[in-house]
Amino acid sequence: MYVAVKGGEKAIDNAHALMADGRRGDENVAELSLEQISGQLSLAVERVMTEGSVYDRDLAALALKQAQGDAVEAIFLLRAYRTTLPRFGSSLPVETGAMAIRRRISAAFKDLPGGQILGPTYDYTHRLLDFALAAQGGDRPPVAENAEPVEDSMPRVTDVLGHQGLIETSGEGAEMPGDLTRQPLNYPAGRDLRLQNLARADEGFVLALAYSSQRGYGNTHPFAGEIRMGEVAVELVPEELGFAIEIGEITLTECQMVNQFKGSKTVPPQFTRGYGISFGQCERKAMAMALVDRTLRAEDLGELVTNPAQDQEFVLSHSDNVEASGFVQHLKLPHYVDFQSELEMIRRLRRENAEAAQ
Amino acid sequence: MTSATIDSESRSHWMGVLAKSPADRLGELWSALGDLPGWSHLRRPEVGLVMVRGRMGGDGAPFNMGEMTVTRCSVRVDGGAVGHAWVAGRSNSHAEMAALADALLQMPQWHGVVADRVVAPLARQLSEDRARAGRQAAATRVDFFTMVRGED
Repeated sequence: MYVAVKGGEKAIDNAHALMADGRRGDENVAELSLEQISGQLSLAVERVMTEGSVYDRDLAALALKQAQGDAVEAIFLLRAYRTTLPRFGSSLPVETGAMAIRRRISAAFKDLPGGQILGPTYDYTHRLLDFALAAQGGDRPPVAENAEPVEDSMPRVTDVLGHQGLIETSGEGAEMPGDLTRQPLNYPAGRDLRLQNLARADEGFVLALAYSSQRGYGNTHPFAGEIRMGEVAVELVPEELGFAIEIGEITLTECQMVNQFKGSKTVPPQFTRGYGISFGQCERKAMAMALVDRTLRAEDLGELVTNPAQDQEFVLSHSDNVEASGFVQHLKLPHYVDFQSELEMIRRLRRENAEAAQ
Repeated sequence: MTSATIDSESRSHWMGVLAKSPADRLGELWSALGDLPGWSHLRRPEVGLVMVRGRMGGDGAPFNMGEMTVTRCSVRVDGGAVGHAWVAGRSNSHAEMAALADALLQMPQWHGVVADRVVAPLARQLSEDRARAGRQAAATRVDFFTMVRGED
């Protein structure tokens, strides 16, 4: 347990001034603008929005600037800011089937209606450092455009499989989902709360769990059924109007994992599903989330729960990097009284042992 | 057209266009309108959060995905209609212009000018932007050929 301490105000002020000076860096170099961060470090911004659980590019860019690019600190800043705002309501569920597609691939079906759209991706790059970027203003190849845009809406791969009855139907649940920002999580948690938890969960933690399940600590045989990225409209029904209006557009990445399932006494062999989604283009996160969504369904599907990635209490209570970082980092705060009492105890035990030995 | 005869479909269309368009572009078109009637706030611009919901598997039961910032505002044109706005982001002026536009669009003497000089160009821009992104995406459509592997 840490204890309240007094004093040190001057030293703390000086420490923060020193931090702010380090954050600014060399005064001869132009200061970063939020537009630069939002425009040129967009994937960092999108990770902060996803795990900060607030879609607002400017706020996420500010948080990253303030945190010197430390994603977890920036996520903490955004989470703290959100608590100062009132909640106006909830949107209608977004229609990812009507997404304005900028990327859409399937590793399971080569020829799917609408085709495979690579979009903006690091896939198939050689991961060689590009020193042309170090010399500012390097030439870029022109962006190619086809005469015709992609289709207005594309069927999901899971819909194609669903028509043939080879895959389970989408998850069922209440029309009013639970909200873990409003009520504490109880176990076992429904899939609505598990998905909300995973959507804002730390990417590294979810990625490692997903990886563990692939390596054998969990029973998944997944295919990336479909990954799609693009813009969807957010609609809600304001009380004063009584009908739905669009309030804006957000970029989402959605991943549908398709997994083997041998079937059970009541269910024939079929494919099962794992679902992942992120704000922006957090594709690695969306894929990892889809794997972990599936491993956490083990109990629902009558599978043995024997591995960490299948254990919802283990996964859901340790997935939040604001909570995790807070608990780990609180160890830096003064624990002098605690430590003093432990020191006393060790000394006493040693004294007692020495006396007993005489 | 009077406010009694405005169908919710056209109103939801223009409110969507006003909300989805960039605030600075709306501002440019707005200032080009010239003299506007007097108006007052019914609800000053207020920033808050809306919980965005998704669906399990894309089409299953809903779940809470994460929040987004939204600014809402309501205005009344002097001796005229009431307008509302709900706009993603934290721009007070965007929400205010959108609410005022919503009010004027419900007033017969203003509907035409705001529809033609604000909503129509914004809608055109949104659709052009979307089509360009769609054409760029289409240029990355790929056909993979399955090769026979040597070890098989």
